[in-house]
Amino acid sequence: MTAATSPRDLARPYLAAFASRFLQMLQYRTAALAGFATQCWWGGIKVMVFAAFYGHAATTGASSSMSLAQAITYTWLAQGLLVLLPWLGDPEVGQAVRTGAVAYDRLRPVDAYALWFARSAGWIAARVLPRVALMAAFAMVVLPLAGLGEWAWQLPAGVAAGLAFMLSAVFALLLSTSMVMLLNVAATAALNERGISAVATPVVIVLSGNLLPLAMLPDGWQTALLVQPLAGLMDIPARLYFGQLQGWQAIGGLGLQVFWIAVLVAFGHFAMGRTMRGLQVQGG
Amino acid sequence: MGSIPLFFRLVGASLGGQARYPASALMLTVGQFLGTGIEVIAVWALFHRFGDVQGWRIGEVALFYGLVNCMFALADALGRGFDVLGTEFLRTGAFDRLLLRPRPLALQLMGNDFRISRLGRLLQGLAMVAFATQQMGIAWTPGAVAIALIAIAGGVALFLGILVLQGTLAFWTVESLEIANVLTYGGVQAAQYPLALYARWFRRVLTFIVPLACVAYYPVLAILGKADPLGAPAWVGLVSPLAGFVFLAAAFGVWRFGLRRYASTGS
Repeated sequence: MTAATSPRDLARPYLAAFASRFLQMLQYRTAALAGFATQCWWGGIKVMVFAAFYGHAATTGASSSMSLAQAITYTWLAQGLLVLLPWLGDPEVGQAVRTGAVAYDRLRPVDAYALWFARSAGWIAARVLPRVALMAAFAMVVLPLAGLGEWAWQLPAGVAAGLAFMLSAVFALLLSTSMVMLLNVAATAALNERGISAVATPVVIVLSGNLLPLAMLPDGWQTALLVQPLAGLMDIPARLYFGQLQGWQAIGGLGLQVFWIAVLVAFGHFAMGRTMRGLQVQGG
Repeated sequence: MGSIPLFFRLVGASLGGQARYPASALMLTVGQFLGTGIEVIAVWALFHRFGDVQGWRIGEVALFYGLVNCMFALADALGRGFDVLGTEFLRTGAFDRLLLRPRPLALQLMGNDFRISRLGRLLQGLAMVAFATQQMGIAWTPGAVAIALIAIAGGVALFLGILVLQGTLAFWTVESLEIANVLTYGGVQAAQYPLALYARWFRRVLTFIVPLACVAYYPVLAILGKADPLGAPAWVGLVSPLAGFVFLAAAFGVWRFGLRRYASTGS
């Protein structure tokens, strides 16, 4: 490559890696449908439980910073974005290491971290988009039509909130990818990645807000909950969606996401460089 | 060798195999313990913020939660063979080997892969039962213990039945479909709260179609000595767990139907 290459040429291999993995993953329709059915059931139970607690709280005067409608919308959003969470490493990376195909990636004249990052981002995006679309169709359209309007997924607080949410969701994708990259590096370093994700998964579910909106956890924990990196996966986008973060607060929320992306990418890049230097590929 | 000793031999072999990788088994068990533990956080946080819900206290909900997790942990350990039937037996052709052996198919599948890691969920469930006992001052009289054991037996039968149905589905799809998770993991999720919180149609589903309420809700009411807010008489909890066995029998009926149309994938 010459020094005169344009930024577009520089980005091309990574965009291609993203697109090819994205299209490849879109083929797994049955898996998406099965996951969707599970998430509808899960969301439905959560909604009924919230309704019971809120209904009772209305008579006893217990308070929450969220309305029931927001808690319900949050539930559907969290179910739709479930596979956005960094559950496990991209299986293709682990496979590449086991089969030795990783050697081809090392030979390409591109940055290995960025290439895998693009692929993993495509892998995640392709799993999220069909599921979130199905979930929206179910919870925004079908539920109101079925006469369960109070259980429906509500629209964002306003146009600005909607746009801020979209931007924040993209950041959430990048943040999740940076975490998946750490798992990929762990897989490459032949660490026990299944064990790591078995232990990491519950932590991710709680701290991202997927289990319960973080605002529902005890009030004394709120600051710590908001600044930790996993809040940027689900809770910060949701707060922007509801218009709870506005103006400078909204910028602060997005800034926090960018900060953690930068930290995790830097760390992942460093860890991958070290792992790759120690990697031995057998056979030919 | 008789069928039952053979089953225990299989279970022993499976456990022995997993014990060869102690670190992995331990980590998966801890993962199961933590993974089921997060639901406790959800229950606790909701009670912490909102207080009691419709007259239910956290100790009572903990008993639902604990018992249903014990049931599923045992059924999941037993039913793993049905769970992975599509991917590990049908697609590979290994199922034909099981068919050739002159021993009951169901026992071979149940003993096939008895997961140590399910201990994580079982411990979680038992811990919650202990917590409920301490919170609510439950008197574990012989009668209450008997009700709990019958309920657990019925619950194990019910969840095993769901896994058998999932395996049966694989005769058609040759895949292990995650759709059964709606009833297994989703069933645990649904049964860990009192039935009375749910909408009427959902209560009907959980009572008459997938009788989770019969193995969890009614027996727990009987143990707590609490009157059903929905008006079911007190004796219901003593007999309702039988519904789990009925469900399992029905599931094996469907299983035999599926088995008849099984054609090997060859090779």
